[in-house]
Amino acid sequence: MISAHLPILQVAVPLILAPLCSLFRSPRIAWSIALAASAWSLVCALLLLATVLDDGPLLYAVGGWEPPWGIALNIDVLAAFVLVLVGLVAVVVATWARRSVESEIDARQASLFYTAYLLCLTGLLGIVATGDAFNLFVFLEISSLSSYAMIAMGRDRRALTASFQYLVMGTIGATFILIGVGLLYMMTGTLNMADLAARLPAIAGTTTVRAAFAFLTVGISLKIALMPLHLWLPNAYAFAPSMASAFLAATATKVALYVLLRFFFTVFGFEFSFSTMNLDLVLLPFSLLAIVSASLVAIFQNNVKRILAYSSVAQIGYMTLGVSLTNVSGLTATVVHLFNHALMKGALFLALGCVAYRLGSVDIRHLGGLGKSMPWTMAAFVAGGLSLIGVPLTAGFVSKWYLIAGALERGWWPVAVLVLLTSLLAVVYVWRVVETAYFKRATGAAPAEAPASLLLPTLALAGANLYFGIETSLSVGVAARVANTLLGGTP
Amino acid sequence: MNWLGLVNYWVVIVLMMVGFYLVIARANLVRKVIGLNIFQTSVFLLFISIGKVRGGSAPILTPGVEVYSNPLPHVLILTAIVVGVATTSLALALIVRIHEAYGTVDEDVIHEQDEEQ
Repeated sequence: MISAHLPILQVAVPLILAPLCSLFRSPRIAWSIALAASAWSLVCALLLLATVLDDGPLLYAVGGWEPPWGIALNIDVLAAFVLVLVGLVAVVVATWARRSVESEIDARQASLFYTAYLLCLTGLLGIVATGDAFNLFVFLEISSLSSYAMIAMGRDRRALTASFQYLVMGTIGATFILIGVGLLYMMTGTLNMADLAARLPAIAGTTTVRAAFAFLTVGISLKIALMPLHLWLPNAYAFAPSMASAFLAATATKVALYVLLRFFFTVFGFEFSFSTMNLDLVLLPFSLLAIVSASLVAIFQNNVKRILAYSSVAQIGYMTLGVSLTNVSGLTATVVHLFNHALMKGALFLALGCVAYRLGSVDIRHLGGLGKSMPWTMAAFVAGGLSLIGVPLTAGFVSKWYLIAGALERGWWPVAVLVLLTSLLAVVYVWRVVETAYFKRATGAAPAEAPASLLLPTLALAGANLYFGIETSLSVGVAARVANTLLGGTP
Repeated sequence: MNWLGLVNYWVVIVLMMVGFYLVIARANLVRKVIGLNIFQTSVFLLFISIGKVRGGSAPILTPGVEVYSNPLPHVLILTAIVVGVATTSLALALIVRIHEAYGTVDEDVIHEQDEEQ
């Protein structure tokens, strides 16, 4: 009975619990609600993934209104996979959050912070589940507005300006998406993605459809933070509360990338996006620019959160590079990296959150001696860092492997060389942190190891980086299947 | 091509560019928000123009009327207006807090203060 309604319940439960959460003044109760909602969405996502892998895509009509009148939720393998990712990160981060939020956010505002978190979770899950283009815009704005609020709660006053900058750029991006959706509706008379996909090929040559494509490309690229539209990201991640940084870095841009795949492969179709509009040649230079320049900028940052933020911009470049390769290996790399990058950035930001909890700072000049005083936290950081570099036996290696295979298949060997060389840049910025923590002397009193409630989730996520580097059948298996489906082959 | 018939769309483009220019060119954060609003409003106009059916009446069921305008874009825009109001209020709330923290709402001055730190 309930299982038939899982597609909507996984979105609706966090949405209903969010206002409930704001009613309680006690941070502890609010935290329990947030954790329960996160766990619920993970359970739903896992059940959905199991169903979809066995029985094929699920179509759910919200409120019993059949499409094209009602809003359809469409869960295919890609959607279920991203739902599992968001749920997984949500559970780990929510478990981790209690102590960190206690120390970083005023007790009177904590329940509101968790409310914003739940709304953000709702928005992200909704974006992934929906099969309706306008509904996608609404969920996008729910998740964006709540993330602006979360970021603005950072202790540093620069969090406020970072949040404002993100708000302006995010709203422009979302409005561009809205224009694109409007133009598509104008030409086809439908907002349902499946109907759009069916009706678009007949009118693909018109200027209006091309304009819609262009607006959607720019709007979604802003949300992904593809270079040079990434300007909102570094400050937003650097000054947000630790929990918000970890959650957003691991999920928000990944879901935006999902929107890109959804629009360009499912709605517009591979043929139109890549043969007519040459999206691959549009994405390629920006991806390479992101990979090289963001990695270089990351090396010269002193705030470790900013190092990780710039590294995120570079990693997003790897993901869009995979899309631009337009073959199964490249697209597999994108989907696998979407998953793996969430694991590594989640682990790194959580480890950094532990450091912030003990030190109150994440400046690289204050990290001396942490290798001795906080060995487990730094071990998690190193595991995440190795995965970020792409060392064999870590999750990051798997995605780089497929990316290079895809580049060689396409015949773009300079791109493959560039991917290898830029991994060395990642070595440099990860090494700067590791060197300071393990080989430099402490500047002040040595802090104690982070409390277990912070440490265990961090280690779990760091462990996941190693686990998914060795046991790849889940991540790569699903990703390869998704890549095949997106490119029009049989799953 | 009937240029006058497309007057709605010309207004949309002009408003969009005016709003976009304000967001980019003004240092005052409140003006940026106003620009953002104009930018969003232009899209609302675009949607409502899409819904117009030539010769169609208002979409209220009336005996003797055969052709109605399409009400769906109007409904969509109601939602988008709500989103716009939420964005504006959040932006203004942020500006209030920025003013408390920095003592100014001028982006250039804020930038200078951040550089000094």
